[in-house]
Amino acid sequence: MNNKVITNQEGPKARGLINKEWFIEQKSLIALIMLIVIVSFLNEYFFTVDNLLNILRQTSVIAILAAGMTLVILTAGIDLSVGSILALCGAFAASMISMEIPVLIAVPVALLGGAALGSMAGVIIAKGKVQAFIATLVTMTLLRGVTMVYTDGRPISTGFTDVADAFAWFGTGYVFGIPVPVWLMICVFSGIWYLLNHTRFGRYIYALGGNESATLLSGINVDRIKIGVYSICGLLSALAGIIITSRLSSAQPTAGMGYELDAIAAVVVGGTSLMGGKGRITGTLIGALIIGVLNNALNLLDVSSYYQMIVKAVVILLAVLVDTKHK
Amino acid sequence: MKQPILELKGIHKSFPGVKALDNACLNVYPGKVMALMGENGAGKSTLMKVLTGIYSLDEGEIFYENKQVNFTGPRHSQEAGISIIHQELNLIPELTIAENIYLGREITNAFGAIRWSVMFDEAQILLDRLNVKHKPSQLLGELSLGEQQMVEIAKALSFKSQIIIMDEPTDALTETETASLFTVINELREEGYGIVYISHRLKEIFEICDDITVLRDGKFIAERQVAETDEDSLIELMVGRRLDEQYPRVESKHGTKCLEVKNLSAADIDDVSFTLDHGEILGISGLMGAGRTELMKVIYGAMPRHSGQILVEGEAVNPRSSQEALAHGIAYISEDRKGEGLILGLSVKENMSLCSLKQLSTGVQLDHGAEVVAVEDFIRLFNIKTPSRNQIIGNLSGGNQQKVAIAKGLMTRPKVLILDEPTRGVDVGAKKEIYQLINQFKKEGMSIILVSSEMPEVLGMSDRILVMHQGRISGEFMTDDADQEKLMACAFGHNIMEKTA
Repeated sequence: MNNKVITNQEGPKARGLINKEWFIEQKSLIALIMLIVIVSFLNEYFFTVDNLLNILRQTSVIAILAAGMTLVILTAGIDLSVGSILALCGAFAASMISMEIPVLIAVPVALLGGAALGSMAGVIIAKGKVQAFIATLVTMTLLRGVTMVYTDGRPISTGFTDVADAFAWFGTGYVFGIPVPVWLMICVFSGIWYLLNHTRFGRYIYALGGNESATLLSGINVDRIKIGVYSICGLLSALAGIIITSRLSSAQPTAGMGYELDAIAAVVVGGTSLMGGKGRITGTLIGALIIGVLNNALNLLDVSSYYQMIVKAVVILLAVLVDTKHK
Repeated sequence: MKQPILELKGIHKSFPGVKALDNACLNVYPGKVMALMGENGAGKSTLMKVLTGIYSLDEGEIFYENKQVNFTGPRHSQEAGISIIHQELNLIPELTIAENIYLGREITNAFGAIRWSVMFDEAQILLDRLNVKHKPSQLLGELSLGEQQMVEIAKALSFKSQIIIMDEPTDALTETETASLFTVINELREEGYGIVYISHRLKEIFEICDDITVLRDGKFIAERQVAETDEDSLIELMVGRRLDEQYPRVESKHGTKCLEVKNLSAADIDDVSFTLDHGEILGISGLMGAGRTELMKVIYGAMPRHSGQILVEGEAVNPRSSQEALAHGIAYISEDRKGEGLILGLSVKENMSLCSLKQLSTGVQLDHGAEVVAVEDFIRLFNIKTPSRNQIIGNLSGGNQQKVAIAKGLMTRPKVLILDEPTRGVDVGAKKEIYQLINQFKKEGMSIILVSSEMPEVLGMSDRILVMHQGRISGEFMTDDADQEKLMACAFGHNIMEKTA
């Protein structure tokens, strides 16, 4: 056989392909940089360390939600319940803190609670064969209702104890001059990146999103993957809830309303296909930053919040259009 | 000499890095069926896409009814009278037959409301002409695949097409459906339509076509009249080299008993028993719907088992999931490569290693190095033609995709390898390579089940053949005692031999 010849011939071609893919991947990054450059010229305060850290901190909540959402969307699913889980776990954490339960217990418990709530949707989807949209629409409504009942529709303050002060670190603290939420965001994205690129679970997520029946026939426990991604998504929603609650020193029953759509927008702007199987976590980070920078810039430029929504919609549309053109 | 109605002359088309068409030519004559042949990747589909305007051509001319034309898209070419019926039908199962035929150009009144009665009447005329015994108001999804294809043809006729291109039309059809398709093709031929028939099945070409155009590597190789040529010379034209023997069967000593199936019953499977030795190829023949794929899926744990036992090397495994089957050394390569076999959006590497990632990782972490080594080994062993292991598999030709699918199963180091239609939609050259690989595994002592609708393939490759009919085994032959007639008779349920387990 002439195997050797073939491998030799096709070496350079392979490298060319990686280059092209690499370039396409950088497209959203280029858009982000251009956005930053343009706004820097329009407003002198924009490109300052203070403001950039501010943007990162403001973006962190949506970015963390979007990281979990990326996993779900890669499996060709969707999770509408992230905002409700955020609120419920935030409220749960706040009441634990107000009861002076130590942070090291309260936070993990709240996170696990989020994972459990997420897995509930996962089980409904995997075992009940319900469409992800419907299943998470149900849990979104259900959990928002539970939050309202739990909080009686009123904010829960974390109180003024030492425990509450310690808890406030998650939202307001700094490490090496960088806000804690930003560190958390970095950790989350590193973790998800590792998960997607260096573990079997990550590979199975792409496989499941690409072709469910082929994945099943490849001897992979598809149900476990599904429940897994919704659990992780729930856990990250709880983390986002903790950050918000910690920052405000109180949990709002309406916290996180509509955040699911911002998270989905960040994922989509980052180039992940809603059909599943295609996308990268780095894209989601850039997508979240584009939306964050845009929010910040529109505020700095004194654009009324009514117009902000319109501008945001146009930017998302453009990003998605450019993306489909390239496919 | 006959005057072609459609002429494609010196067509060139390049994609980045690939010359897909390099001086390709094709003539279509009215009242004749032209076969377009070539290995996968020879440029048949590309040529058809250039013709119908999906791709623009780099160089060359297209003459249609003696006028030079340049179609801007499928709609344009269709309105001009050239219809193409793709391998995967472009119909909507949830709509009625008539709606499918007139999709996008419904017959409407001045206010834009659909004139249902007129549309149904027109559709009825088309269906009658093709001898389809269904009402135009019936939902398309209720029709068999063969009947759906007839609806595609009806749609082509409704465009007043002069030329109908059929791409692998019989791939999913039963023998009876194929026969009725051929009747329709014969009628169309007599009515003066020009037909282009793309197929890998030599037998059909000789049965239905008048002329043959052969492409190889995007080049026009020859145009021959069917009457003047034979299978061997045609294969030679296509592959550009002589294929000594189509089915290179090897004799090898059988080992001990590897797989045993005892009184297995499931949905569509009725009391099936058989055994399989190490180093043996067991062919499974039968008509479509005889329960062959279902039987294999039950053995593979992908479909529920009602009763009976599945033993591997004497140990009852009775897998309840594909995972369990793989763990016990049973691997299954699906007949439906695109639907169930491969994940088309992922790379060659990711597809190939998907079943074996457990062996290719330490703890939870993937061992990328080991994965690359394993994948490259198989790419070389299987002679898979891909620019790199990171190529998206959807971009490979059918033959190479199939090789990846088989490699994926083999990577799990199975004891029993079940191949369901391993050469469907695969060109002659790749077919032969796949046969050689199967033989190699056999020599190494693997037990192989070969499910195939192509009788010559089953006869040529297997040591022993089981024939299935309506979920039961209706015949068992040593290959030397079997021939096509006997297999056929059993496939149709004649001569059922009651076997004891």
